Amino acid sequence: MMQAKWLDIGPVTQIEPGMAATLPVIGGEEIAVFHTMRGEFYALVNKCPHKQGPLSQGIVHGDSVTCPLHNWKISLRSGQALGDDVGCVPTIPVKVDAGRIYLLREAVVPPPPAQQARAA
Amino acid sequence: MNAPTNFDKANPILGTLREKLVVIGNGMAGCRAVEEILARDPDRYSITIFGAEPRVNYNRIMLSPVLAGEKSFDEIVLNTAEWYADNGIELVAGDPVDHIDRERSVVVARSGRVEPYDKLLIATGSEPFVIPVPGRDLPGVVTFRDLDDVEKMLAAADGGGNAVVIGGGLLGLEAAHGLSLRGMSATVVHLMPTLMERQLDEAAGWLLKTELERRGQTILTGADTEEILERDGHVCGVRLRDGREIPADIVVMAVGIRPSTRLAKTAGLECERGILVDDHMVTSDPAILAVGECVEHRGQCYGLVAPLWEMCRALADHLTGQPSGYTGSVTSTKLKVSGIDVFSAGDFIGGDDHEDIVMRDAARGVYKRVILKDNRIVGAVLYGDTADGSWYFDLLKKQEDVSGIRDGLIFGQAFAMGGGAFADPNAAVAALSDDAEICGCNGVSKGKVVATIEAGAHSLDAVRSQCKASASCGSCTHLVESLLALTLGDGVEVGAKTLCKCTSFTHDDVRRLILDKELKAIPQVMQELHWTTPDGCASCRPALNYYLLCAWPGEYEDDQKSRFVNERLHANIQKDGTYSVVPRMWGGITNPAELRAIADVVEKYNAPMVKVTGGQRIDIFGIRKEDLPAVWADLNAAGMVSGHAYGKALRTVKTCVGSEWCRFGTQDSTGLGVKIERMTWGSWMPHKFKIAVSGCPRNCAEATIKDFGVVCVDSGYELHVGGNGGMKVRATDPLCKVATEEEALEHCAAFIQLYREDAHYLERTAPWIERKGIEWVRAQLFDDPQAVKRLAARFRYSQKFMQDDPWARRAAGERRDLHSHLATVRPATEYA
Repeated sequence: MMQAKWLDIGPVTQIEPGMAATLPVIGGEEIAVFHTMRGEFYALVNKCPHKQGPLSQGIVHGDSVTCPLHNWKISLRSGQALGDDVGCVPTIPVKVDAGRIYLLREAVVPPPPAQQARAA
Repeated sequence: MNAPTNFDKANPILGTLREKLVVIGNGMAGCRAVEEILARDPDRYSITIFGAEPRVNYNRIMLSPVLAGEKSFDEIVLNTAEWYADNGIELVAGDPVDHIDRERSVVVARSGRVEPYDKLLIATGSEPFVIPVPGRDLPGVVTFRDLDDVEKMLAAADGGGNAVVIGGGLLGLEAAHGLSLRGMSATVVHLMPTLMERQLDEAAGWLLKTELERRGQTILTGADTEEILERDGHVCGVRLRDGREIPADIVVMAVGIRPSTRLAKTAGLECERGILVDDHMVTSDPAILAVGECVEHRGQCYGLVAPLWEMCRALADHLTGQPSGYTGSVTSTKLKVSGIDVFSAGDFIGGDDHEDIVMRDAARGVYKRVILKDNRIVGAVLYGDTADGSWYFDLLKKQEDVSGIRDGLIFGQAFAMGGGAFADPNAAVAALSDDAEICGCNGVSKGKVVATIEAGAHSLDAVRSQCKASASCGSCTHLVESLLALTLGDGVEVGAKTLCKCTSFTHDDVRRLILDKELKAIPQVMQELHWTTPDGCASCRPALNYYLLCAWPGEYEDDQKSRFVNERLHANIQKDGTYSVVPRMWGGITNPAELRAIADVVEKYNAPMVKVTGGQRIDIFGIRKEDLPAVWADLNAAGMVSGHAYGKALRTVKTCVGSEWCRFGTQDSTGLGVKIERMTWGSWMPHKFKIAVSGCPRNCAEATIKDFGVVCVDSGYELHVGGNGGMKVRATDPLCKVATEEEALEHCAAFIQLYREDAHYLERTAPWIERKGIEWVRAQLFDDPQAVKRLAARFRYSQKFMQDDPWARRAAGERRDLHSHLATVRPATEYA
């Protein structure tokens, strides 16, 4: 059975606008899923490029988040540090459909080599 | 009511030579596609249209005016029975297609009728999304998609009563408006905190909500429907997740739509959210095309009418052998509620490389925001004044470079295009006459502002304080700044630091205006004070949250999303992302039960370190956010509450043992420390606040480097303020000496309240006192003999709402979402 391309991570209502939630990945990096005040959803690896602070716990404003450890401002769209800081955190494509949030599966958990071979 | 026309009879010779086109869907997309094809090549196809509704094609987007009583059904019919007849089209209305048989190239209708096709066009549109709550199937629960729905709503409205509309998007608000015009009392239940959040940003959504409420509708945002309630077999109300119940004689479900893909999916056509089509609207089967709301083109599904026209053009070009291609649409929205002007177009979310131009005019209730990227408009949100919506939309669609008119862009077409001189705002201001009014709030003319500047007011602040221009609502700030630039050139002095980059107001301005204008919510402050960003930043949000909390105790609801993580999670974040937990120990006193509970927590949760703090408390390190509520439950069980070691709040009251044990002690310093801590715990402050009580002038509790310190002497209590042991050590200033514990408590409360009401957010007492002067502090407290009493009373009133242990609420299950993960992804099982 082929895996669905998108990973369903539950209803949009589970994250209040202006907040974020976390999704640990076994064998991978924890993901932070953000819901902005304007209703958009974004997902990033939950690690600030500066000192690995949990971005999920930062204040969300516009489409950026301010890291709780040292106030680096990170773009939710690109994962890039904004202002004078330099660094980037990986982003994960998100889509919302019929009230549910989906993450692009291959960006969350890269398929094991065998799977890739079969897909190719 | 099948149209009786048989095309083959009408055109007996050509008929048999024509290709057969079958259209599934007699709506706006299906009919428009046919019209476009006929306009290009009327003789090419023999056409049959299947429609699920038993009527001709009408303009679905005009159902709202029909509901509101502004139009009749006849007025919104697009294609009459004659149109079908005249064009030789066979309409099969009321007999929907049941399935598509691609092997045999036929469609089969519900009645069993079989229709062969050469080309098949799917235009099934979308269907209302019905939230899966109990009671959704009850009589009296309707969607808002077709004329039958409208008729059901009108029947319900005849009886008056209550209507609940679930969904505060475009359709939901139009339904609520219509029902309320028809005499029902309408309540909108919206899951998100902002109305029309897909079209509007928070600021415009807030204005819209305020206006609808003024018109008598009830708007509940952040409201999650749990169940639709029943009485005697009919809907009688709606219950929200928070337990509120709203009576309803009719419930309209308008939470959104989704593409109707059932037919396409069962026929094995490729579908994602919608039916996948290429730029010529062809599906994964070359004989089958699809158009309208049911399709997904380049990852995009549309729920508006404009893209449909563009799709139909590309489709018709393709079907008549002159392929052009559809490349996607930029959409704009207008709310069809009479008297409320709302416009939204393109991308209003913004981004790193996007720039926002925001104009707010609080007096007229106007909010305008234009989003630029590389000097081109990519989006616009307008509220209150939408006259320039089409101009912005046009610039957006044409991707025109607006750098030449950028400075005047936000003032609209007339201003920006009104000749070269007016494209420069300074020039526009220069052209004003001397008696033109600059500041409407304070009635200040241009001549007076210029005279004030010439008399020596060389900064915005100086102008504000000397002639009051732009000192109230601030909407004329840019005009005053232009006048400063025009009058002084480079001689303009940069004024006091503003609260942050989102506003031209200082902390003091904002605090004063919150009180003067009775501003009671963050979006309201941003609107009334002309914030230049849509929802602020990480600097102003926490500051505004504190200022509102301080100004309106008991009224303002704390905004968790404007809180720094420590205050949101009631613990201190550490560099590894775990938290430290400090339970309160009143005056630094503890006992075996508390120590045992702490020891048990350390073992139970494997805390890697326990440390005694500088403020005489015990700090448990390395707790994960998921474990915090359980840790707190254990500490609560031993009688301990939050120590607020994480907050811009009262931290600790440090004490020495005093006269009860110490041979030098003059007063009961521990007893007084406990009393002070019982009075002050839980209060939010501009910054952290530390207190100490020493039992004698040896000052073992180090009271003279605290924000508020008490040094006991034989004859009473010396009170000290403004000390700091941090980065910049500062010894306290003596405030006064009092004779009794009661007076010491009263002065402590009064000083704290003065600090709470006056200091800037994130300003400790030490820099605050250096800025204001200790003489100013003494004057505030002592010039008026009633001042201490009044300030202390305000502090105690505010404390009534603050002294509620946040740990206990969380331990009981409040805001569990902040402490849990959404889920855990396990690759091993995912791929098994």
